[in-house]
Order: sequence, then structure tokens, then C-alpha cells
Amino acid sequence: MNGAHDMGGMHGFGPVLQEKDEPWFHGEWEKKAFALTLACGGLGQWNIDISRHARENQPPAQYLDNSYYEQWLHGLEVLLVEAGLVTEDELKTGKANGKSNVAALPADRVFKALQQGSPYAREIAEAPAFKPGDKVRVKSMNPPGHTRAPQYVRGHVGEIVMHHGAHVFADASARGEHGVAHHIYNVAFTAEELWGADGQGGAVHLDLWEPYLERAR
Amino acid sequence: MSSHDHHHDHNHDHEHPRLSELQLRVKALESLLVDKGLVDPAALDVFIDTYETKVGPRNGAQVVAKAWADPKFKAALLADASAAIKSFGFEGRQGEHMVVLENTPKVHNMVVCTLCSCYPWPVLGLPPVWYKSAPYRARAVNDPRGVLADFGTELPGDIEIKVWDSTAELRYLVLPMRPAGTDHLSEDELADLITRNSMIGTEIVTFPAKAQEAAE
Repeated sequence: MNGAHDMGGMHGFGPVLQEKDEPWFHGEWEKKAFALTLACGGLGQWNIDISRHARENQPPAQYLDNSYYEQWLHGLEVLLVEAGLVTEDELKTGKANGKSNVAALPADRVFKALQQGSPYAREIAEAPAFKPGDKVRVKSMNPPGHTRAPQYVRGHVGEIVMHHGAHVFADASARGEHGVAHHIYNVAFTAEELWGADGQGGAVHLDLWEPYLERAR
Repeated sequence: MSSHDHHHDHNHDHEHPRLSELQLRVKALESLLVDKGLVDPAALDVFIDTYETKVGPRNGAQVVAKAWADPKFKAALLADASAAIKSFGFEGRQGEHMVVLENTPKVHNMVVCTLCSCYPWPVLGLPPVWYKSAPYRARAVNDPRGVLADFGTELPGDIEIKVWDSTAELRYLVLPMRPAGTDHLSEDELADLITRNSMIGTEIVTFPAKAQEAAE
């Protein structure tokens, strides 16, 4: 979706400000927003692409006004209701209407779950369409759902610099289609290609799945 | 090299405009989820403790220091970063597929996630607020030299800047250049010099280090 989350190349946000002696979390609510999100992720009812889409799928003004863990909190509330784990009413009142039939991730399994992570590489039958050195153009497209091809590279030509094998395809995975994987490549775009005369030289590299790309000359 | 003399003293202690509302909202959600049996309260503490005290940029600094000290390890790290990093026991969530980018006198690498906040947790811990902020996500790709200037980092004009936008599940760690005059240092002493920001690519490593900025 062409949402406010797709920020690459936007103007007007001002300088990057570092926080001195920044704590890992600002207050208890950030800790809990973080930990509740991970704990509920451990219920196995959604994947990382579904949860990214739940965060980005907000009215742009609201997205830009939210602090970081507010995005997470918003996303978690949406996911819990969408997955049927809690009702709108329970969310509103804070009162549980009975126990869930989904079991919590127990504390003694947290370390193992984090250590295992969730590998995204898959073996697929199709041969890769591109190889390092090939010129590719990112297709002109504007899908209303989740995608990981930012607007600032669409329509632009880059060069394949790495083939990472095949990975779970985020756009499909965000729709709950877990079995879809495609070859994924690191593609380098020159600053001039992306920004014209306003480029500063150098290059921007992105990891892009094959369905985003077409051969260019 | 980097004129690191201007300090970033911006204090962000002004309160969140919705702080009390957020505190209540999170508290209510936590008790609801615990009551429904969807969350084990002890698990929340493990998640928080892991990323407050166990996983942080010191992990990445150890990897970088070893790469500086041991050419064979460096070659292995550049060839298969996930495997080389796993040899330290650093693996898992948000670091499943690692790539290490080597800075050289000709190329400087800088990592961003313009679409959200993708970041290599097992080696750097959770990202700082600036990494997740709109100014960084917007400008890293079209104004990298301006962003570097915000960090007090000036690079020679002829150095090529490569910006890596983390759009998929590959996670990038920058291998900064080893500063001159550090031949006599042990791996641990080298690790003390290596800042988190140098492994994201918004700073370079200096010797002697600015003590308070080294990765902890």
C-alpha cells in the first residue's frame, strides 16, 4: 500500500536527532507494548508480514502522529481482533469474556523461540530468472495491500548484485498465503537513477523479490 | 577524521502527549490477555530482560573485533555472515539471514529500513529511536551525506556511499574500518572502540574512542 510508512525520499521531517543516554524502553508502557507483541506473536496466529501490514495500514496522519511503540500497540490490537482471540467488546472494556482456547507461550519457551527465529529461505522448483550483473526494472505497480517494493524504486532500473535464493514472498504471506516463495535479489540503483540531478552519487541497494522485477536493457 | 566535536544534546524528556492514555491502554490490554490465558506474565519479563540486559551491540562489536583481528574469520564472515555470527551463539529472531558489508577507503555502507524498522537484533539488540524515526527513514536514501552530517560524520567526497534499505528478511551489519594505531590492542580492547552507530554505518570508529559512545 502507498501509506505513510513508505518514507524513503520524503522531505520535511528535519534532522535526525539522537537521544542522549537513550534507554532501551521509555517507561513501562513501551516495555509492555513490546513484550505483549512478542508474546502474542508466539501464539502462532499470524506472521511477521501480517503484523507489519497491521501497523502500516492506518490513515497517514495517524501513522505519522504515532510514536514507534504506538504503532506496535495499534497493530497488536488489530491482530488480536482479526484473529478472533479477543472481541472488540473485550478490548473496549478490558474485561475477559471467558478463557481463550489458544494457549499462552510459556516463559520457559521464550528463549528457544527467540533463538530459533523464523527462517524465510525456501527451496523452490523454478530456476532464478535473473543473475548478478543483469539489469532489471521495478515494475510500475500500486498494490493496495502489503508490499516491500517502496514507491521510490518503482519504475526505476537497477543492477542485480546478489541472488539470495528463494524467500517467503511478503506480499502473499501478508494475505495469509504461507506457501508462496520467490527468488529474491539485492538490486543496486544509482543515486542518479533514483533522484536525478538531486542525487549525491553512490547507490541504494534493496532486496526485491522476482515478481517485482522485469528485465531491462 | 570525523569531526565529532558537536554533541547531540537534544533531550527528549518532554512527555509523550498521550502518555497517561497509553499507560492505561497497555495495562488494560495486559490484564485482559493474562485473564484470557493468552499471555504468561512471566514470559513478558523474559522478553524484556532479554533485550534490556542480554542482547545488545556488544554482540556485534565482538564480531567486528574478531574480524579485525583474524583475517580467516573475516573472510568467513564476509562469505557466510549467518554461519560466522552463529559461531558466537548470536542467532534467531531478526537475524535469520545476515549479510556483512565491509567498509573500505573507497566504499562506506549505511543501513536503513525505509518501510518500518528492520534491524539485526541478535548482533545489535533493539534499534534506537532515531533509526526508527521519520527523518532517518526518509533521508537515508536520498540525503545520506546530510544524515551523516547529523551524526557529525564527514567522509571524503570521493568515497562511494552505499545505502542498504532492508526491504526483506536479510539483515545487514556494517564492518567498519579498523582505525590506525590499534595494532597493539586485544580483541576485547578493540570491541570497546566499536560503537553501535558504526555498525549501522552512521559513524566511523575512532581511536582513541569516545568512551561514552562505545557499544555497551
